[in-house]
Amino acid sequence: MSWNGFLAFVKDPLTEFAKGITYRLDVWGLSPELVNVIVKLLGAFVACMLSFALVILTIWVERKLYARVQDRLGPNRVGPWGIFQTVPDMIKIFTKEYITPDGADKVTYNLAPILAVSAVMLIWAVVPFAPTFFGSDINVGALYIVAVGAIGTLGIILAGWSSNNKYALLGAFRAVAQMVSYEVPMVLALLVPVLLSGTMGINSLVKAQSVWFILLAPLAAFIFFISSQAEVGRAPFDLLEAESEIVTGFQVEYSGLKFGMFFVGEFLHAFTISALFSALFLGGWRGPWAEQVPILGLAYFVIKTSIVYFFVILLRIAAPRMRIDQMLNFNWKFLVPLGLLLVMVTAVVEKLVIHYYTLWGLEFGSTNYLILRAVTHLVVNGLICVGALWLSQSFGKREPPRFDASRAVAVPPQSSESTATD
Amino acid sequence: MSSDWLYIGLFLLIVAIFPGAPILIAGWLAPRKPNPLKSQTYECGIETVGDSWVQFKAQYYIFALTFLIFDVEIVFLFPWAIAFNQLTLFGVLSGVLFIFVLFAELLAAWRKGVLEWI
Repeated sequence: MSWNGFLAFVKDPLTEFAKGITYRLDVWGLSPELVNVIVKLLGAFVACMLSFALVILTIWVERKLYARVQDRLGPNRVGPWGIFQTVPDMIKIFTKEYITPDGADKVTYNLAPILAVSAVMLIWAVVPFAPTFFGSDINVGALYIVAVGAIGTLGIILAGWSSNNKYALLGAFRAVAQMVSYEVPMVLALLVPVLLSGTMGINSLVKAQSVWFILLAPLAAFIFFISSQAEVGRAPFDLLEAESEIVTGFQVEYSGLKFGMFFVGEFLHAFTISALFSALFLGGWRGPWAEQVPILGLAYFVIKTSIVYFFVILLRIAAPRMRIDQMLNFNWKFLVPLGLLLVMVTAVVEKLVIHYYTLWGLEFGSTNYLILRAVTHLVVNGLICVGALWLSQSFGKREPPRFDASRAVAVPPQSSESTATD
Repeated sequence: MSSDWLYIGLFLLIVAIFPGAPILIAGWLAPRKPNPLKSQTYECGIETVGDSWVQFKAQYYIFALTFLIFDVEIVFLFPWAIAFNQLTLFGVLSGVLFIFVLFAELLAAWRKGVLEWI
């Protein structure tokens, strides 16, 4: 193999693999369309396998970090530093019996864990790992992600409904109320990068981030981060499963690998959300020399996603669980108005900056223009943040509603003499 | 562009089968010892009381309805966001007015007590 071929392979292994397989299949005499379909099928299969393999790593990272924060060691027997701990756990889950409850609706009962995992894996089709490593750059990527994420909600309702268990049903209702409520600020926060770059495709969003969007829209990043944690059902929005309190809620009648699928789906969803956050707000695969050497783009993406996932785990460790009414109040009375206000203000500020940059003699796309844009957005976001915090503090200082004093309540006698003798 | 959607279609096919295969495999590997006591519905260790498909509070329905309103609004906002660079300030302000009307609607719902979780 020539030195140039070797270099091209090192720089961009996936494209070279795809070209090699296409060439080999062509040589065998298959039609080009069939070759195309086979290569894409292979790519989809590899993406699914990769995501499952990644879950093993993420579960290990989470358990180790959880343990270290709680001043204990975590898994350290199976393999060096316990990396292979998840493998015996998975083997155990594989060999547990499927106990189906009486009267459960067979079709929906078995479909629910499949839907819960499929919803997450479908997102992996559009996430760009590197300039050339992505499934497909459809031009409606952001909307596709929102649409596909809703299938997970469907899986939860199916699980709760078909379990023939009123507590599973109630748990499923609460879970869906939470997930569906937090979709609104998540999509609003998703709207801000789309606004700033003018395109919905995720790879195009990454390419438009000459300045990372976390600097242009830090509040939108914050809203997206918080509401995506609630979407996944991770602590502090843990009420969906609440292992110690409502016996995992809608998953109570599931055992064996069906439960394992819900479990894997949750961890995979958390990792996918971190990947999305780093693609949308932290510049994805962008970095020095990422366009020329795509494998470096992959490295940058993995580093950024790991850092975000680290914060996701820390949030889970550090915060206690919220009640359902606190969660929903936080969403509808703080996050949604803030999100709406943010979209309005970002749109107006962006248009004003574009209209008036010529007045100050700046060229479109020059560094001074970019700095002006970033600083204006940062300042405006800071003002909104301060205003929102001040408003919520003044709301919090109001008198909490007291019980009506005219209700019949036993009142102790008003006399001051002591009634306790002996 | 259609090759992009072809990939999504193939991905959908794989993703529909991919979780199903391990579940089927585990169905063969795992023991199968059904027992009338084991397959009873779980209710904290006691006998179940009443119907399992209970009526639900109206509050769930109201939250779903509020979500529907805002979700449809946001879907309408996506084309506006994409066409942002070609809009004039007037176009941007029309979109802002649309969002503001829905912002006022959220405040009205708040005042009416729709967003309480009783």
